[in-house]
Amino acid sequence: MFYRENGQFKTSYRADQQILPIAQDRWAMLVLLVAAFALVPAVASDYMFRAILIPFLIFSLAAVGVNILVGYCGQISLGSGAFMAVGAYAAYNFHVRVDGMPLLLALVLGGVCAMLFGMLFGLPSLRVKGLYLAVATLAAQFFADWMFLRVQWFTNNSSSGSVSVSNLQVFGYSLEGPGAKYFFCLGLLALVALLAKNLVRGAVGREWMAIRDMDVAAAVIGIRPMYAKLSAFAVSSFIVGIAGALWAFIYLGAWEPAAFSVDQSFRLLFMVIIGGMGSIMGSFFGAAFIVVLPIALSQFLRFFATVSGLEISTAVASHAELMVFGGLIVWFLIVEPHGLAKLWSVGKQKLRLWPFPH
Amino acid sequence: MKLHTLARTAAVVVALASAIATPSAYAQAKEQFFPLLSYRTGPYAPNGVPWANGKQDYLKMINARDGGINGVKLTYEECETGYATDRGVECYERLKSKPGVALFDPQATGITFALTEKVVNDKIPLVTLGYGLSVAQDGLAFKWNFPLMGSYWTGADILIQHLGKKEGGLDKLKGKKIALVYHDSPFGKEPIPLLQERSRQLGFDLQLTPVTAPGVEQKAAWLQVRQNKPDYVLLWGWGVMNSTALKEAQATGYPRDKMFGVWWAGAEPDVKDVGEGAKGYSALALNTSGTQPKVIQDILKYVHDKGQGTGPKDEVGSVLYTRGVIIQVLGVEAVRRAQERFGKGKVMTGEQVRWGLENLALDQKKLDSLGLAGVMRPISTSCSDHMGSSWARVHSWDGSKWSFSSDWYQADEQIIKPMVKAGADKYLGDKKMNRREPADCQS
Repeated sequence: MFYRENGQFKTSYRADQQILPIAQDRWAMLVLLVAAFALVPAVASDYMFRAILIPFLIFSLAAVGVNILVGYCGQISLGSGAFMAVGAYAAYNFHVRVDGMPLLLALVLGGVCAMLFGMLFGLPSLRVKGLYLAVATLAAQFFADWMFLRVQWFTNNSSSGSVSVSNLQVFGYSLEGPGAKYFFCLGLLALVALLAKNLVRGAVGREWMAIRDMDVAAAVIGIRPMYAKLSAFAVSSFIVGIAGALWAFIYLGAWEPAAFSVDQSFRLLFMVIIGGMGSIMGSFFGAAFIVVLPIALSQFLRFFATVSGLEISTAVASHAELMVFGGLIVWFLIVEPHGLAKLWSVGKQKLRLWPFPH
Repeated sequence: MKLHTLARTAAVVVALASAIATPSAYAQAKEQFFPLLSYRTGPYAPNGVPWANGKQDYLKMINARDGGINGVKLTYEECETGYATDRGVECYERLKSKPGVALFDPQATGITFALTEKVVNDKIPLVTLGYGLSVAQDGLAFKWNFPLMGSYWTGADILIQHLGKKEGGLDKLKGKKIALVYHDSPFGKEPIPLLQERSRQLGFDLQLTPVTAPGVEQKAAWLQVRQNKPDYVLLWGWGVMNSTALKEAQATGYPRDKMFGVWWAGAEPDVKDVGEGAKGYSALALNTSGTQPKVIQDILKYVHDKGQGTGPKDEVGSVLYTRGVIIQVLGVEAVRRAQERFGKGKVMTGEQVRWGLENLALDQKKLDSLGLAGVMRPISTSCSDHMGSSWARVHSWDGSKWSFSSDWYQADEQIIKPMVKAGADKYLGDKKMNRREPADCQS
């Protein structure tokens, strides 16, 4: 009843090809943006900002990057943690070694380094596919772990191997407060998500999807597999690298290579699978699921314990959190194997017919 | 998928979202809040659990026996970090805004590094007894960090002194081969600069053998040990890494009485599974174990006998449990000290507790009255020295219990002081920060 495009006629190709062709969607997006930029900062607490919203934004960004590679181009990668690490450490080195280096430029250069690293480790994708590629990209993970643990130069000769940044500034504004960090991450995320959405709608994105759906057929119709695959690796690891730098600079503040372990690669892959492969929006759902849900669960269990008067020990609570979380993953994948983004589109479909389904 | 399933999904999501948004219920009474970061799951749980139990039981005991600190009740809340830095940061953010937060003891070196950058803005002291950032001993550079009773540098130095004593003089270490088998993380790497300094000075050959975290797979490291045949092995492990290392040493045939662990590799969970195989293995000790000390007796009497104990009763008084108790004793005494200056019976702010930590003076008489006679040495901190005491002993495992095998050693100030100064200067330089003014010490 409310969500119908009847009567919305398009008179130009431009209008027909915009990101959100339906007026209700455009309004919803506008409301969402206003909420994210104005409403949330007005009501969120310090804890909400620092522990939930900022990690969510950063991992959404990373998930968008991984989704381009895994979801759109079909190249399964377990090296995302390594790309994050390269982004973080490269940005760190630019930040501390070059005097007066602006933070934003350091982040972008970190992304560029991650991009080069990603393309290097994307080379095997020209020969191997599927699970074999996943194993090949795992090499990137272990290589990065080794490199940042062993090569002292990357950690600015820090004796413990841990590096830290502080007093971050962007255009003269301090990035210490939670609100400033939130706006910084949100701004970057909005920008990158818009770029990514347009990339996947354009010629490059169609090449990626053609490669994903059937690489031989794609090659036959004139798509260069090397160009398509490597460009997917490049764009993806650039975004993931920036996300890694944000994770290190904005969220952790001080970090060690373990912050970008293989666990992080798996988490990112799960975000994409649970959120929805080949969907920018799914990346957000996936990040919310993997980042926010465990925290919400642990808070909920504590809340439940206080309300019900049951004594739940920390160990039991954290085990229960893991079990419920695992159960939810299985449940979501059973009810909708195509991810939360598919749930969303099913929901939209239902809304169009509501309240008179045929 | 049906619409009602979709609706149910949405309901679940909304319920969880509201759970985040709901602030937990707490009383606003006169209560000093102790946030307890702990890990009761994961590869470090065997060591993290007794530590966390000790910290919690002491708070319960103070409430039951004394009714708090001068009438101020002690409250606490545990948060599971799993030893992971990102979860640790989340826990910190979750607990730091509770009213009456006294201090944080993150129980992990990685989390300490991340929180060191954050406590400065939040003005909450960070107590890292025997771990954390070695250069943070310099209180003029690290206003909020308190590596009380020892750092990895003092620990490493004491181990070298002990080896020297065994050989009959530090000069006898010349030409010896000493291998450091370490957890490949900031925790394991921290002692390296000091050991390198000592090896330059004394002329022993330092062999670095990293073990990938968490340390369940160490075959490669012990193959290296077997090839190099070091005279001594220093074990810098935590959690499952320690017991695995001892089993590997047994399999390799490396004599256990040539192995010396840091104080984080010298507790019951590390050797119990290995039993006889760990016989002769020694490690540093910051504190005693056993149930004889009065403070442990009080915990048994006021907490465990009332059925309020946090963990199993037979683990009370174990090495790490006692360390947890000591950490909490120092925290509670810091609050008491702060109350003496800022008002008895009041809830102290983080800044006031920091002053208390900086002006701790627990002499032998005070320790005796706290029930800590023989458990630890007197400790006295100051504005410039956030460690307070750099003494430790060595204890050995005889197959069934730990017993002391050396007298007290003090870390060599001549070596550590310049290193701490240089390290702190480098840290401040990187951050473009300055040392605290002397006037700042009064606040």
